[in-house]
Amino acid sequence: MKKVLIIGATSAIAEETARLFAQRLASLYLVARNERRVAAIASDLGIRGATQVAYETLDVNDFASHAAMLDRATEALGKLDVVLIAHGTLDNQRACEESVDLTMRALSTNALSVIALCTQIAPRLSAQGSGTLAVISSVAGDRGKRSNYVYGSAKALVSTYLSGLRQRLYSAGVQVLTIKPGLVDTPMTASFPKGPLWSTPRRVAAGILRAIDKKRDVAYLPRAWGPAMWFIRLIPEKVFKRLEL
Amino acid sequence: MPQGQTRLVRSWGNVARGEHSVYSLGSRFDEFPRLPAQTSILPFGNGRSYGDSCLNVGGALLDMRSLDRFIQFDARHGTLRCEAGVQLGEILRIVAPAGWLPCVLPGTQYVTVGGAIANDVHGKNHHRAGSFGCHVTQFELLRSNGERLLCSPQMNPDWFAATIGGLGLTGVVTWAELQLTRVSGPWMSVESVRCRDLSELLEMSRAASQEHAYTVAWVDCAARRKRIGRGILQWADSADEVGETPPADRWCRLAVPFTPPISLLNSATMHVFNALHYRRHGGRVRSMQHYRQFFFPLDGIRHWNRLYGPRGFYQYQCVVPADGADASIRRLLRAIAASSEDSCLAVLKYFGDSVSPGLLSFPRCGVTLALDFPNRGARLESLFARLDAIVADAGGCLYPAKDARMPPSLFRAGFPQCETFSRFIDARCSSSFWRRVMAEA
Ligand SMILES: Cc1cc2nc3c(=O)[nH]c(=O)nc-3n(C[C@H](O)[C@H](O)[C@H](O)COP(=O)(O)OP(=O)(O)OC[C@H]3O[C@@H](n4cnc5c(N)ncnc54)[C@H](O)[C@@H]3O)c2cc1C
Ligand SMILES: NC(=O)c1ccc[n+]([C@@H]2O[C@H](COP(=O)([O-])OP(=O)(O)OC[C@H]3O[C@@H](n4cnc5c(N)ncnc54)[C@H](OP(=O)(O)O)[C@@H]3O)[C@@H](O)[C@H]2O)c1
Repeated sequence: MKKVLIIGATSAIAEETARLFAQRLASLYLVARNERRVAAIASDLGIRGATQVAYETLDVNDFASHAAMLDRATEALGKLDVVLIAHGTLDNQRACEESVDLTMRALSTNALSVIALCTQIAPRLSAQGSGTLAVISSVAGDRGKRSNYVYGSAKALVSTYLSGLRQRLYSAGVQVLTIKPGLVDTPMTASFPKGPLWSTPRRVAAGILRAIDKKRDVAYLPRAWGPAMWFIRLIPEKVFKRLEL
Repeated sequence: MPQGQTRLVRSWGNVARGEHSVYSLGSRFDEFPRLPAQTSILPFGNGRSYGDSCLNVGGALLDMRSLDRFIQFDARHGTLRCEAGVQLGEILRIVAPAGWLPCVLPGTQYVTVGGAIANDVHGKNHHRAGSFGCHVTQFELLRSNGERLLCSPQMNPDWFAATIGGLGLTGVVTWAELQLTRVSGPWMSVESVRCRDLSELLEMSRAASQEHAYTVAWVDCAARRKRIGRGILQWADSADEVGETPPADRWCRLAVPFTPPISLLNSATMHVFNALHYRRHGGRVRSMQHYRQFFFPLDGIRHWNRLYGPRGFYQYQCVVPADGADASIRRLLRAIAASSEDSCLAVLKYFGDSVSPGLLSFPRCGVTLALDFPNRGARLESLFARLDAIVADAGGCLYPAKDARMPPSLFRAGFPQCETFSRFIDARCSSSFWRRVMAEA
């Protein structure tokens, strides 16, 4: 039975992923900032089959609390087979352009907090000599575009960081998985008009489990985003800067 | 969370549809959505109602499917508490392995708990178990003024009665608690017999209802003259024995991927289907079926409603009082036989005499008949008008969950409590159905 730590556990994608782990009778440790909601999710997962569920609250921007949280999680679970980092915010790009504060906060929540967490998770997994560190980045990190480049650059930082960490932990037998969802219908994107390109948290969650099982390094979800982003990266900057994206 | 995007939403029959601004809740602790002034809203379950009772065209819908968490399951006493957007199929996946089933299951597992409450749905065991609402022990009702009412037969009993069968108009059910029923396993022992004509079918249905937990009859609507009302009666009980094929996983793999340009279910195909189905059935057949096969035979093909093509289809479901039921059902079947319309699927069942808890509950002592018809516009409506007259004459009523067209007079006659009910309607709630049936004549 897998021991799974989820940070950002109230995220729609994380919750669906947790349900799949619960079906497999995993033990779960949930971390999120809204106590009532994470408690409700914990009870649900227990009924859905999880062997054991515990939770605690944390604002991920409170870096000083990370270590103690990881200690408690490790103690409760015994070991860490999977750590999933899922939290994030999609701040309004326009508003970020007008506020240093908001931009710094977006970078902190989406990038720095993730890197702070990974910095402390890496040695734990490395010492175990096993386990998976799965982090939700985004296709938005593959290329900056005017509509969300603050968010995108935070995700780029995460993706690049993970690529280096993957090399470092490879010999220790630790899987580092970069998850790059495309457009997913979740509370984060509630205000966007939806079309055929949109996927659901359930589909993305199934993709995350598959990628973990298959020991993949990078997972575009749904998969078609892989070739699509490859193509977008090929567009020369000269042309790209003129595009309305 | 910004909300209220405009989307085209349709119900199961594909006849009723229209643009709605769609809202959702992130958790059961969220507040009632903030709406633009003058906009009304209706909770939306999984859209398995056939007509316009789950729609609010031109207004807003509150999509309840994101409230799908389990809250508490007591496997010793068989009580389950969950959010209102949980579907019955999901409940089964959790409780069946522990030896429990919901007491009442409709013909599809893709309905939400909130939807099952709001239509006070019935199953093949109505004569024993009553309606869904009989087994709801409590729920929370969120009103647009922010009030949260805990409702049960003891607490706020008037709100309890208004909300069960309340068509989503009294507010939003955020979570509910159900009493489940014990079963010895997932298997059902099922028996079916062929009945030559209506008298035999009704006679045997009545007898089977005395003896067995579940009964339902399929009626061959293509039969004419003396054979009118012939069909196959099925009864079942939960079984101790074990069946052979565990179909749970292979189940539900087939799907109709898109809507064909015309209805594939028309009079020619239905005549062949009905005749074959009747003939191929031996005199009496006994089998063991997994509960999913038994309760949800139509779920074997996902999106089967698309077979009716872009114009969609109607279901006409009535109940007529037990007294004089035989004659009324005969008149209904004769009227259909005399018309050029073909019902593709006709199902008949005895309702027992348990009193449904809702002010507007549909199930009541008598015989219910449900008929599917491809949408053929005015021709079909003229048949419906004849059927309405027979139902009204018998003192019966039509099922709002299936309806997209009944006249206001028939609704008022069949649901005399509708005026009392009106007092419980939430100031911000409305539906296409309600505006239609309450329109001044
Ligand atoms: C194949 C098939 C077989 C069926 N067999 C049966 C049967 O055997 N017996 C039977 O009785 N019915 C049957 N039905 C009808 C179906 O059970 C009902 O229409 C049911 O109410 C649909 O539930 P839903 O979750 O899809 O809700 P919807 O159809 O989306 O909504 C139904 C009503 O519930 C209200 N509602 C939904 N959620 C809430 C909530 N949280 N709070 C308050 N109100 C809410 C809506 O406003 C609406 O009025 C069948 C339908 C199909 C498609
Ligand atoms: N949806 C998409 O289209 C899409 C596409 C690509 C990548 N992603 C990524 O997928 C991940 C999951 O997002 P989602 O789509 O599932 O959206 P979501 O449901 O809105 O989840 C985001 C989660 O992050 C949490 N969070 C935000 N700031 C936090 C903080 N300071 N401390 C603790 N938790 C915080 C939120 O908690 P609260 O609920 O308490 O606010 C929420 O649970 C994110 O990393 C997102 O960037 C999403």
